[in-house]
Amino acid sequence: MRLAGVILIAMVAGFLMWATRDLPLRGDPQSPASTHVSVYYIENALVDSKTPNMVTAVLADYRGFDTFGEAVVVVAAALSCLLILLRRRDDEGVVDDPDERRHAMGRGDP
Amino acid sequence: MTSRYDSVFLDVVSRAVVPLIQIFALYVVTHGHYDPGGGFQGGVMLAASIILLRVAQGEESYERFSRSAGLYLAAVGALAFCLLGFLPQLFGGNFLEYGYAIPPMEAVELRYWGIFFAEVFIGFLVWGALVAIYDALTTGGYE
Repeated sequence: MRLAGVILIAMVAGFLMWATRDLPLRGDPQSPASTHVSVYYIENALVDSKTPNMVTAVLADYRGFDTFGEAVVVVAAALSCLLILLRRRDDEGVVDDPDERRHAMGRGDP
Repeated sequence: MTSRYDSVFLDVVSRAVVPLIQIFALYVVTHGHYDPGGGFQGGVMLAASIILLRVAQGEESYERFSRSAGLYLAAVGALAFCLLGFLPQLFGGNFLEYGYAIPPMEAVELRYWGIFFAEVFIGFLVWGALVAIYDALTTGGYE
């Protein structure tokens, strides 16, 4: 079983290395990434939004919706941490400990 | 959270360093237009300053930044960013299309300020969220 895993990983690694031959060279001006919208951003970021730092213009303006999603993910992460780890005291002053809660649900001891 | 006895050095140095970290963090948040930086990076630095207070001063730091404040900051930041996105929709733009936000102003100015406020709200949000995560991991949130 372990051997099968190693072989599988080696195959995937080999496949990915073989696939990198089709990637454009780093900094290639003819690559799809450099010929699509990035030309527009480089030429118009300053004109459109008065922002010398193109990265900020792309992050917060052109790709604002993506950034909004990222921000919501950060809040969701904080909320999940609190939901999993929160300890509360009920009316009788008993602390609700997440470890005991997990134990009571039958998946406690590691 | 300091063990056994309080260290004077830790206390004094943390008091001296935290305001400097916070001022530099505000600079990073508000100067995203011109320099590398922005809301995420500045927010992380603001959170780091609070976490330094938590580590160095323990329970005393709850007076300066209470345990529930982190979550409120994160929620208010996210809500403000969302409302900022809805503002242009009232005047015919798309979600987060700052150029339409307040019609009498020029679109270029509006986009500039839209980016600025987006960065500020992201900064608050990341600040609060990271402090909330730290509190949850170390003390189990509120109790």
